[in-house]
Amino acid sequence: MPGKLKVKIVAGRHLPVMDRASDLTDAFVEVKFGNTTFKTDVYLKSLNPQWNSEWFKFEVDDEDLQDEPLQITVLDHDTYSANDAIGKVYIDIDPLLYSEAATVISGWFPIYDTIHGIRGEINVVVKVDLFNDLNRFRQSSCGVKFFCTTSIPKCYRAVIIHGFVEELVVNEDPEYQWIDRIRTPRASNEARQRLISLMSGELQRKIGLKVLEMRGNAVVGYLQCFDLEGESGLVVRAIGTACTLDKLSSPAAFLPACNSPSKEMKESPLVHPPSHGCRSTHNSPIHTATGSRLTQNFSVSVPTLIYTGMGSGSAGKEGGPFKALLRQQTQSALEQREFPFFTLTAFPPGFLVHVGGVVSARSVKLLDRIHNPDEPETRDAWWAEIRQEIKSHAKALGCHAVVGYSESTSICEEVCILSASGTAAVLNPRFLQDGTVEGCLEQRLEENLSTRCGFCHIPYDELNMPFPAHLTYCYNCRKQKVPDVLFTTIDLPTDATVIGKGCLIQARLCRLKKKAQAEANATAISNLLPFMEYEVHTQLMNKLKLKGMNALFGLRIQITVGENMLMGLASATGVYLAALPTPGGIQIAGKTPNDGSYEQHISHMQKKINDTIAKNKELYEINPPEISEEIIGSPIPEPRQRSRLLRSQSESSDEVTELDLSHGKKDAFVLEIDDTDAMEDVHSLLTDVPPPSGFYSCNTEIMPGINNWTSEIQMFTSVRVIRLSSLNLTNQALNKNFNDLCENLLKSLYFKLRSMIPCCLCHVNFTVSLPEDELIQVTVTAVAITFDKNQALQTTKTPVEKSLQRASTDNEELLQFPLELCSDSLPSHPFPPVKEHLESASSNSGIPAAQRATSVDYSSFADRCSSWIELIKLKAQTIRRGSIKTTVTVEKASPVGDGNFRNRSAPPCANSTVGVVKMTPLSFIPGAKITKYLGIINMFFIRETTSLREEGGVSGFLHAFIAEVFAMVRAHVAALGGNAVVSYIMKQCVFMENPNKNQAQCLINVSGDAVVFVRESDLEVVSSQQPTTNCQSSCTEGEVTT
Amino acid sequence: MTSELDIFVGNTTLIDEDVYRLWLDGYSVTDAVALRVRSGILEQTGATAAVLQSDTMDHYRTFHMLERLLHAPPKLLHQLIFQIPPSRQALLIERYYAFDEAFVREVLGKKLSKGTKKDLDDISTKTGITLKSCRRQFDNFKRVFKVVEEMRGSLVDNIQQHFLLSDRLARDYAAIVFFANNRFETGKKKLQYLSFGDFAFCAELMIQNWTLGAVGEAPIDLDSQMDDMDMDLDKEFLQDLKELKVLVADKDLLDLHKSLVCTALRGKLGVFSEMEANFKNLSRGLVNVAAKLTHNKDVRDLFVDLVEKFVEPCRSDHWPLSDVRFFLNQYSASVHSLDGFRHQALWDRYMGTLRGCLLRLYHD
Repeated sequence: MPGKLKVKIVAGRHLPVMDRASDLTDAFVEVKFGNTTFKTDVYLKSLNPQWNSEWFKFEVDDEDLQDEPLQITVLDHDTYSANDAIGKVYIDIDPLLYSEAATVISGWFPIYDTIHGIRGEINVVVKVDLFNDLNRFRQSSCGVKFFCTTSIPKCYRAVIIHGFVEELVVNEDPEYQWIDRIRTPRASNEARQRLISLMSGELQRKIGLKVLEMRGNAVVGYLQCFDLEGESGLVVRAIGTACTLDKLSSPAAFLPACNSPSKEMKESPLVHPPSHGCRSTHNSPIHTATGSRLTQNFSVSVPTLIYTGMGSGSAGKEGGPFKALLRQQTQSALEQREFPFFTLTAFPPGFLVHVGGVVSARSVKLLDRIHNPDEPETRDAWWAEIRQEIKSHAKALGCHAVVGYSESTSICEEVCILSASGTAAVLNPRFLQDGTVEGCLEQRLEENLSTRCGFCHIPYDELNMPFPAHLTYCYNCRKQKVPDVLFTTIDLPTDATVIGKGCLIQARLCRLKKKAQAEANATAISNLLPFMEYEVHTQLMNKLKLKGMNALFGLRIQITVGENMLMGLASATGVYLAALPTPGGIQIAGKTPNDGSYEQHISHMQKKINDTIAKNKELYEINPPEISEEIIGSPIPEPRQRSRLLRSQSESSDEVTELDLSHGKKDAFVLEIDDTDAMEDVHSLLTDVPPPSGFYSCNTEIMPGINNWTSEIQMFTSVRVIRLSSLNLTNQALNKNFNDLCENLLKSLYFKLRSMIPCCLCHVNFTVSLPEDELIQVTVTAVAITFDKNQALQTTKTPVEKSLQRASTDNEELLQFPLELCSDSLPSHPFPPVKEHLESASSNSGIPAAQRATSVDYSSFADRCSSWIELIKLKAQTIRRGSIKTTVTVEKASPVGDGNFRNRSAPPCANSTVGVVKMTPLSFIPGAKITKYLGIINMFFIRETTSLREEGGVSGFLHAFIAEVFAMVRAHVAALGGNAVVSYIMKQCVFMENPNKNQAQCLINVSGDAVVFVRESDLEVVSSQQPTTNCQSSCTEGEVTT
Repeated sequence: MTSELDIFVGNTTLIDEDVYRLWLDGYSVTDAVALRVRSGILEQTGATAAVLQSDTMDHYRTFHMLERLLHAPPKLLHQLIFQIPPSRQALLIERYYAFDEAFVREVLGKKLSKGTKKDLDDISTKTGITLKSCRRQFDNFKRVFKVVEEMRGSLVDNIQQHFLLSDRLARDYAAIVFFANNRFETGKKKLQYLSFGDFAFCAELMIQNWTLGAVGEAPIDLDSQMDDMDMDLDKEFLQDLKELKVLVADKDLLDLHKSLVCTALRGKLGVFSEMEANFKNLSRGLVNVAAKLTHNKDVRDLFVDLVEKFVEPCRSDHWPLSDVRFFLNQYSASVHSLDGFRHQALWDRYMGTLRGCLLRLYHD
């Protein structure tokens, strides 16, 4: 009996009138945990009862503490008939189970009823006394911390990143049980809410056990999802990244320890060629009722560099036995793991060595009833299969790990598409192993500088490319090869050099499919999938080129299945990476070049496209240095043979047209207009309207190219459902509708948030679902953050200057604690011997020995020059920051640009009794520092109405419900003592309506991390009294992009 | 393609002041969109009409949900559903309870009952204010009335506490409640020249001086009197006012009073001869108004009487305002020198307020 849970019911307020005669309520409260129930006295005739109960004590196992939610029911006492329920509050007590988080839950909770919504509030105090448990065979995992944040949480340090943890539990869905036919909707909804709460508790506990087995103490990037499989049941599954985290004693240091490369590391540089690009495969083993298995195995390889048509995925070719041996050594840390996956999207500096490209796998399954909930083997097997596939893709790409990994499902009737995607990568093994190595500053610094472009490099064996790729020397260091385009699912690394600003890029696609049953349906879907994937990819590439950019971050491709159609929506943030070559334009080619008018048309289109590209370049301030050779001292790589790029846009590979596209130094991208489809593609390219001036948008944590966030944030959720006219739907009409839906939604957002200009919509997350035949639902959650315009104007500086500036900023952030050391040691020998420099740089970035020898020294000279300049800059700033932090001028001078938040900060809440709780999908709060993580928030709500019209129709109903969900999240955070939710996501928003019956139902699942943050302006008061190095972190921390 | 559902929910509730005004003014979504289009917002922002429509709908829905809370403003402060910065909350409340001058003049002094509510149609047609807005304003008056009706203590304070209004608006509501409670006639043709401000000014003076609360002698014995301290006129005081009749009934007193006033004002008044000629009429008018206040009917006609008996005669003789002031000051002060008159305190309580009111009412 290792725990005692104590609950006190203090008071209620704003209760609804339950007795029409007196216009009052006789309320009492039932407190239930597990199978134990306590009751308060009835507080007669009041809408604001003061129960002030005794402490109700539950003596329970910690296993139960983890699984069970505390259930508080408020009822109206009725002498003659059954007591009427007013509503309930479920409290997840998990945050009380680990020492560093909350110690008490105390506050006003909205009383929630699934039929009436929020009905008043109740004030509750909850405490837990945990006894030490020495049982080795324990089933609980109290003490393991969970974070939704997909990076190492601020104020923690990653000692070891262990790797992937996953678990799933299944159960029957109460809504589909026979008893539901006689049960009230309220009882059914409550049974469901309770069950899911229980299941997520259990899931979290089981994951915690796995983490303990791995000797970790935390799960980062925890993502829990529900699959409402209907009659076949309910699946709750979760993935995450197990870590060993250390709480930073000094709030100054927010980065994980950077150890110098281990011995092993030096001996075996990570040489291996991750092949590059986006691979995806579809497996559609369909399980029929009889158990016979229909397997259709085909895979589509869609490399990022150049399109190939359909073909079998080629496996990565090993570069010879010697290299294989090397790789084996480096990967030993990862190979031990079943799945070397990481749900993180941002990493400690030096963690990410190289990025291969996007890997994804989908599979179509037929759902069948889960017969034995205790052994969810089929679902486990399905996911294992997909993960195996992802792993093999990554291997084929020459990468040993997958980062930015996520899983999702789309269910329609009995068909389910399972998807998984991530970014194949080569990681630095020292974070993955036990044992700490002394940090060596010099190496660290150099490493940081070199990795600014390092992650873009393909440590590629050109002779053994798995895909025809188009490589150039890195535009940054000139030593390594880089691809011309890079796609990833992760956030932009903080140390990456970006030119100009980024922007949200979306590919949208619909495909009609015939209505079918079971196997036929599954087959039809799996036949469509590769085409969709291919087209989504084409669209992304075209749009990227049109923006004049060369890399995508945060790529998320969602395929949604409906009764009679499939929808594909890909979102990503396009940027111009300085290390990658300038993208060529888009060339339009006609099929029938002899037709005069056609030619004219083509040239007209071409002009429009060129204009758009030029306009976009201006808009996003993309003006890379024109001739790279002019960069001081940079070596000119041996003029590479300009390859003739021969690609056809059409899907069948036999129609290959040859075109010499290399004009000048830029390689163009050809769009061949050979049919109406392609024509439409071109049109749709041009219909995307850029956001109005003063607005930017991205789906990553922060906008590349904007560093000067101010403190105003506005998180929002917007939902739209459109009804398609069912008459003669064609793919084109469908595409147009879908495109318009998304574009209009974005336009509406820009309009609504116009008062925040200049601002950026960050972490824009679109979710598509097809609730019914002719309905398309799009849900968007994002946060609008204002930034300082004055700083934004500075971007007119030359890019070189800017990149220097940016680099110095980045480094400043990275190098917070060892500054004293560095200022002594480094400038004393700013020009270290070339050899030594090279040695260390290459060992870190993983240049094969052979190449190291051949690569010329000029580059390192240039590098040294710039790094030395940066260092001096850095030092200067450090001194200023460290000593006279509090003056405004100094802040202005710093490129981080946190100087203005004070002028902008909202007026203090004067008389409001309700504390403000901020919500954001980001892992940080601009202009503020997170001082404490209070625990994970994971809530599931159902709302149902039988008076839809009276509640303002579907819009009124859903608007009120989402507002209520926000309110309940805020109340729980406030009760934990927090003032913000970070990494907030709405994972599910399932809406069903039946207007004829005047009914509607909605399920919402949200999660995030409850935190305490302190405004930097408040911190400054403190730090000015003790001007130590502490204060610099407090000022830069908000902007650390992680 | 038709939009089935279209919502936007912010963690901080977005409030568009312009749309809020349109909503308060009772425009339908369609009309509001048309008005917004006319304001040139589309050109400024580059938005489309569809975007505007969706935005307006969203705001209207939010306001509709907030309306329930606005009916009891403290609820808006304590509720958890909408996160709204305090300054915005104050703005929402203040604007919601603001009213149109034209409207308030129509219902001022009327019983806030269903009967009056039925007349809102006519008021709407007459004033050009939408029926919806009329209803909101009327319901606000009625709601405030209902809440403070049974309360003791300062009317303004009670209103401020329960509706969180600004001081100025709370005072206006106090006047409205006071007028509604005493049913002062304000709608007569000859009163049309008076603004709400004029009445509100008088109401404040009367609340300060003529009510039970004013004297600070609230009946301590329980439920002997259920009068609301600030809302009802002091009945005893009104009874006592009969005693003032002697000032005009006793011919000697009246003559003495006149001669005192005339002596003091000779040479100082531009309209001295007119004053001298009219003194007895004016004095009779003012004292008779006081004496009649025991009847509810006459209380209601207070303003009509004041205008008829004093404002109009003076105005027809073209008294300048300064002369009216001189006269009223002297008129009330001279009574202190009347040896035979015993009700000095009563006279001061009556005339002090009346003088203020008359000066305010005296304009074109």
